[in-house]
Amino acid sequence: MPIIKEKTKMKEQDPKERIHNFYEVALGYSPEEALREADRCLQCKNAPCIKGCPVNIDIPGFIKLIKDGKFDEAIQKIKEKNNLPGITGRVCPQEEQCEKYCTMGKKFEPVGIGRLERFVSDWETKKGIKLPEKPVPTGKKVAIVGSGPAGLTCAGDLAKLGHSVTIFESLHKPGGVLIYGIPEFRLPKKIVENEVNYIKKLGVEIKTDVVVGKTITLEELLDEYDAIFIGTGAGLPRFLGIPGENLNGVYSANEFLTRVNLMKAYRFPEYDTPVKKGKRVAVIGAGNVAMDSARTALRLGAEKVYIVYRRSEKEMPARNEEIEHAKEEGVEFLLLTTPVRITGDENYWVKQMKCIKMKLGEPDESGRRRPIPIEGSEFEIDVDLIIIAIGQRPNPLIPQTVKGLKTTKWGTIEVDENGRTSLDRVWAGGDIATGAATVIAAMGAGKRAAADIHKYLKTGE
Amino acid sequence: MERSIVSDGDKMYRITHKEELCETVKLFDIEAPLIAKNFKPGQFLIVRIDETGERIPLTIVDTDRINGTVRIIFQEVGKTTKKLGMLRPGDTLQDVTGPLGKPAEIEKFGKVVCVGGGVGVAPLYPQAKAFKEAGNEVISILGARRKELIILEDEIRKVSDRVYITTNDGSYGRKGFVSDVLRELLEKEKFDRVVTIGPAVMMMAVAMVTKPHNVKTIASLNAIMVDGTGMCGACRVTVGGETKFTCVDGPDFDAHLVDFRELMERQKMYISEEIRATEAYKEELESALLSVYSLLKQRKG
Ligand SMILES: Cc1cc2nc3c(=O)[nH]c(=O)nc-3n(C[C@H](O)[C@H](O)[C@H](O)COP(=O)(O)OP(=O)(O)OC[C@H]3O[C@@H](n4cnc5c(N)ncnc54)[C@H](O)[C@@H]3O)c2cc1C
Ligand code: SF4
Ligand code: FES
Repeated sequence: MPIIKEKTKMKEQDPKERIHNFYEVALGYSPEEALREADRCLQCKNAPCIKGCPVNIDIPGFIKLIKDGKFDEAIQKIKEKNNLPGITGRVCPQEEQCEKYCTMGKKFEPVGIGRLERFVSDWETKKGIKLPEKPVPTGKKVAIVGSGPAGLTCAGDLAKLGHSVTIFESLHKPGGVLIYGIPEFRLPKKIVENEVNYIKKLGVEIKTDVVVGKTITLEELLDEYDAIFIGTGAGLPRFLGIPGENLNGVYSANEFLTRVNLMKAYRFPEYDTPVKKGKRVAVIGAGNVAMDSARTALRLGAEKVYIVYRRSEKEMPARNEEIEHAKEEGVEFLLLTTPVRITGDENYWVKQMKCIKMKLGEPDESGRRRPIPIEGSEFEIDVDLIIIAIGQRPNPLIPQTVKGLKTTKWGTIEVDENGRTSLDRVWAGGDIATGAATVIAAMGAGKRAAADIHKYLKTGE
Repeated sequence: MERSIVSDGDKMYRITHKEELCETVKLFDIEAPLIAKNFKPGQFLIVRIDETGERIPLTIVDTDRINGTVRIIFQEVGKTTKKLGMLRPGDTLQDVTGPLGKPAEIEKFGKVVCVGGGVGVAPLYPQAKAFKEAGNEVISILGARRKELIILEDEIRKVSDRVYITTNDGSYGRKGFVSDVLRELLEKEKFDRVVTIGPAVMMMAVAMVTKPHNVKTIASLNAIMVDGTGMCGACRVTVGGETKFTCVDGPDFDAHLVDFRELMERQKMYISEEIRATEAYKEELESALLSVYSLLKQRKG
């Protein structure tokens, strides 16, 4: 069989069309396309791809099953390790994980592992999800704080082992960033709801509207539960600290995306939450959050959207695919540029943003070259909406309200490799322990903690 | 035996009691046992009426721990509060989250003046009560546009040593503003603390009056919010030159340090959308009424 050098393309909505709607951009493989892509896999004995996967999915294993047309078995194979394949198949940075190590990728394009994962997951959703057999109840109770990927994964794994699991979530909908942050056009909320329902069907109870530390304290939970897992994420938005940042028309990416995704402001006034739709929008930052914000602003009707980033294209932290999508859709990149002041009109509305050009100097602690302002290079752009997407910090609520819970200088909760914190019977994982990272890393942390909690509940150690 | 703290957090936020304090101001008791249990004066909750609803912050006025209910009082201004006002005992709300925000600083200070304007008297009441219980001498000044809009007068009287009332049109109490009364009192007496809740302009006026007398003054800010847990920054305010989040760092702040101008401008951010939503809601109600009316006519005919 001749080697097919390139990944099987996935159909996408035309950029000209899609900037007017919130439907998913990437449309997924047909069974024929999936078979064709699965055929590209060499079934390597040493399977280097698995090493790149934070949850160690048996990649050649599930791809082989696809090859053989056993889609139902393929998804079960994935689910041995990953409870949320419909999500990870869409949002994982595969180019830095499994696909980075793929043997095919050495010479040609790597196998589209993420696309295949997505395909079998969507296949299963269409057919109806199969539940694993009900485990024997252990009589042990575990509380999970936060329903992002870390919490959901930890909950799912523990429920499969027969423990009674309750998730406490502060917002009115479970899913964490998957529901309030990542937009519909990249991760349809229906998919997240399906995955959440699967976790519920495993027996996990989800209590929304409960802010742990306010509605109930961690101490109260410790009285009722045998173990606790904290997966409260990195939800605290960072601001620039420049003049004019509190003017009307300046949003944190979190606020902008929460209004649009969680509160469905793009369907205002059918939904009651409003959002400001800028005509000329500047998004500060160049990570996934920035790309999501820029592309959301376009879909709300912006005529011009800038990404303003202080380093160069090479350093942009967003996934390549997202940067490509943003470019196709007409987002303009102002690189090596940083804002220094925002000015408003007489009604306190954003009007202009003053920026300064940067050049790259010596590498800093993170190994990336440090941006240095170029004197005298200031310029102004006219904008009526600014979205600040320069990162999030760990949610401070629980660390602040719980005595004896050790944190690092970055505000993350200190954990060992199994997710154990400085408090007895309390584990933590995901963004709250690592700082803002990835969906799959959060899931991996949830999994490791679940295994360790199980061990503790069985042996008392 | 006490019920399990967690198992009664079930999502059924039923309205158990409703009162109309005046034409546009309503009072609800809502079943929310976990919130009732952990509430402290000064804290608020977030309500979402239904699946398409927005999240709005409302201060908790009182709680009944035995029945597990919380009391809220709100003024009908936009679509959400109007819709809320139409609900009746037995109806349920989709979501109620709380208690949020830092509790008010309640201590024995000595002489405390509580200044409330309009519906701001509602959140002021639990604080006045707590100050009284902590052994303070409590002087309350209540203000509203006209007589009918003065709420909770009896309750406030019960927890205050003295009460002054002002109305803009002079239809009740003294004609004028709460800040006028406060200015006069400050000239004659010494106070240890002033607490003010109401429209931002009023709180700003109060802060300006107390500043020259160097009386520590606390304002409870009503910023626009979304999550109410420190996640979005919608509620940010400038206090003493620093950006703070009202929902987690407040809602109470030192009134002499608050940038009220900014707060007022930020409160206006969605005015055009509010008008649009309220208009659409009115039309929706009118067409619903019309269809009921025509149905009735058909039946008759
Ligand atoms: C816009 C955006 C786009 C992203 N895109 C990608 C991507 O393409 N690929 C990728 O891999 N990663 C992406 N990420 C990062 C990824 O989403 C996060 O790393 C991941 O969601 C972290 O999971 P978590 O479970 O630790 O926390 P979260 O998903 O943040 O979930 C935490 C949950 O805990 C709740 N909570 C917080 N405090 C409390 C409390 N006191 N009591 C109860 N509940 C509480 C929160 O409401 C939230 O629901 C993106 C992030 C954002 C914001
Ligand atoms: S490395 Fe690539 S080709 Fe080899 S087994 Fe993994 S996916 Fe298949
Ligand atoms: S309301 Fe979102 S941070 Fe305060």
